[in-house]
Amino acid sequence: MAAGVSTPAGRKPLAAPPATGRGSARPRAGRTARRLGPLVPAVVLMLIFLAGPILWCVYAAFTNAALTGAGATNASFVGLANFRQMFGDPAFRDSVVTTVIFVVGSAVIGQNGLGLLMALLMRGRNRIFRTVIGTVAVAAWVVPEIVAAFVWYAYLNDQGTLNSVLKALHLPHPSWLYVYPLLAVTVANIWRGTAFSMLVFSAAISDVPPELMEAASVDGANAFQRLRRVMLPLMKRSIMTNLMLITLQTLSVFTLVFAMTGGGPGTKSETLPIYMYQEAFKFYQLGYGAAVALVLLLIGAIFSLIYVRALKVEM
Amino acid sequence: MRPRHILSVAVSCVATLAAAAACGSGGNAASSKTITVAYEEYGTFHAAGDLFKKIAPTFEKQHPGWKVQLVPIDAPENDYYTKLDLMNRSSSTAPDVLYEDTFLINSDVQAGYLAPLNSYVNSWPDWSQFFPASRKAVQAANGDYYGVPMSTDTRGLWYNKQIFAKAGLPVPWHPKTWADVLAAARAIKQKDPGVIPLNVYSGTPAGEATTMQGFEMLLYGTGETLFDKSTRKWIPPGTGFTNSLSFIKTIYDQGLAPKPEQELNPNIATTINAQWLPQGKLAIDLDGSWLPGTAWTAGNPNPWPKWSSVMGWTTMPTQNGQGSDITTMSGGWALSVGSSSPHKSMAFDLIELALNKQNSIYYAQRSGDLAVRQDVANDPAYDKAMPGLAFWTNLVKYTNYRPANTVYPRLSNEIQQATESVMTGQASAQQAASTYGQSLKQIAGPSNVEGG
Repeated sequence: MAAGVSTPAGRKPLAAPPATGRGSARPRAGRTARRLGPLVPAVVLMLIFLAGPILWCVYAAFTNAALTGAGATNASFVGLANFRQMFGDPAFRDSVVTTVIFVVGSAVIGQNGLGLLMALLMRGRNRIFRTVIGTVAVAAWVVPEIVAAFVWYAYLNDQGTLNSVLKALHLPHPSWLYVYPLLAVTVANIWRGTAFSMLVFSAAISDVPPELMEAASVDGANAFQRLRRVMLPLMKRSIMTNLMLITLQTLSVFTLVFAMTGGGPGTKSETLPIYMYQEAFKFYQLGYGAAVALVLLLIGAIFSLIYVRALKVEM
Repeated sequence: MRPRHILSVAVSCVATLAAAAACGSGGNAASSKTITVAYEEYGTFHAAGDLFKKIAPTFEKQHPGWKVQLVPIDAPENDYYTKLDLMNRSSSTAPDVLYEDTFLINSDVQAGYLAPLNSYVNSWPDWSQFFPASRKAVQAANGDYYGVPMSTDTRGLWYNKQIFAKAGLPVPWHPKTWADVLAAARAIKQKDPGVIPLNVYSGTPAGEATTMQGFEMLLYGTGETLFDKSTRKWIPPGTGFTNSLSFIKTIYDQGLAPKPEQELNPNIATTINAQWLPQGKLAIDLDGSWLPGTAWTAGNPNPWPKWSSVMGWTTMPTQNGQGSDITTMSGGWALSVGSSSPHKSMAFDLIELALNKQNSIYYAQRSGDLAVRQDVANDPAYDKAMPGLAFWTNLVKYTNYRPANTVYPRLSNEIQQATESVMTGQASAQQAASTYGQSLKQIAGPSNVEGG
């Protein structure tokens, strides 16, 4: 799609004559058409492949569309029935709670907090130290999600690396994925995503003018006060952007949870994407799955609103 | 300059649309003389693929100018249904012949994916050879046939004869009631504490194995069922339901079963078939007729040549020995014709060839599944193919089928959760049964539940 937008560059000479300020309506309309014309293929593609599925999803959420059975060929409009079924289903409510715990634990506290801590600790260290730590953290971030999931499964399963070590040390070695499934996927997600927050915060910290920090320390502010009163307020915008991005990313995490615990045992680690997959593709209710997707979108929006409000950032 | 400009815009629009259209219409072979066959090919299961590869050249020779195109779907069972249904949604991808689980026939007929085959089967002399129970399994609620049965399976008890001898238990073993099964498990626990006495699949990770090999093998032996075929309504959980859950609770509470965390491992079935049973770590397993074919015979990753002398097999008793004191459950597979196929009669010709007597014997030997034709069951070649085959085939006459209903997969999941909550001690049998009762009303709708 990006390629579609950039191709008209070759036509620049045609569109080049810059307006001298007195342009009448006609040439301006012509110029607008000339400029927008080459965008048409990209816009059409966007409409077909981006807006199309989203609109279909919204429409499907209000139908009984299914993979098999009566809803498969003649999906009919069922109004709010999917949403009524959803809010009446205790499994759905549990799943929302699990999702919120997972997002707050692994994104808001874990990735965000740890990323900030790492960025602060790396500030002012020598280059070798920064390169090594940065590379290690980013390595966890660039591995594909399914690989990260396998790594953590191999580490935490019954006969995994962690338990082998614990057993050798004669320490208790519970079945991590069975006893603490939500904690296990939370830790794995923190491991995977911290590098992103760290990079964002490192960039933001380097934008904080050093003279402000110096002035604060001359005024007698200790390290914590400098961080709390000077640095963090200046980083507000980056913090919000980062929170929004990692929240939306974590809300949609599927592979990691699916491969590590499958949402189990029982429904103990069943986040909304897993619940949605199960309803749509295991129980064949596409319409219901689409409705869950809309709710997921809504939860993302609520989180974003909270961030904007809490950090008082003007958009 | 302007006209040229409009032209360029128009050209780019058309180019975009053409590209989009090209994306949408890939691989439509409807008009050519090709029969597409969709089937599952996954893990150790390639019997269906072997069969179609064997018959394709014969079919092409018998019907000059026609071609058979095989569409293997590489997915585990549940994903296979999903992928097949996704293919069926568009007539450009819907296959002509499809390998179909009989319990999905009703919902796929409702979805309009399958073609009725009455006129074809009625003029096929071999049709009378198929077991009546199997023919019923491919009959939709409207009375029409929507497939030709391909294979079936039955369920019962597998037991380790060496462990039984060591525990002083009789071999051959013929339990008459649930109490007999529990007594044997207790004896093993006492005499041979290193061995897991009994496995009854439970919990959500084992999926349908929990519902069918585990819970339903108990429930249908109490005289209770899940679904009333005559009124077409679901049956709310009664005493039989609670008793079945109590049985599961008992074996876990008394240490007669694997530990819950072992049973709740998603790979439990493979662990049992490939490790615990061959290594003599499990004494009794409530399981399916297919075990030797999918785990122990030559051609499997870890063949176990001595299985037929170490393992014994017997029927699963009803709760108190009521009725014929035997209970079993069957699944089944069939070959169906897609409703959007332009060559239905040719597609049926292919099915006739694939499921004639000779090819049915070939398929039964390959898959380890049970034959559904009388002449195949009577054939000495079939009987010799694997010890126990006659025993398991004989059970077909006592068999029960799962409710062939669209909401079954969701209720099956509820049943798995009920078993999980009793095995982990989260709920009593009574509580778990009443939770199922509530979910049943919610999922099926109160008007589809008896007394609801």
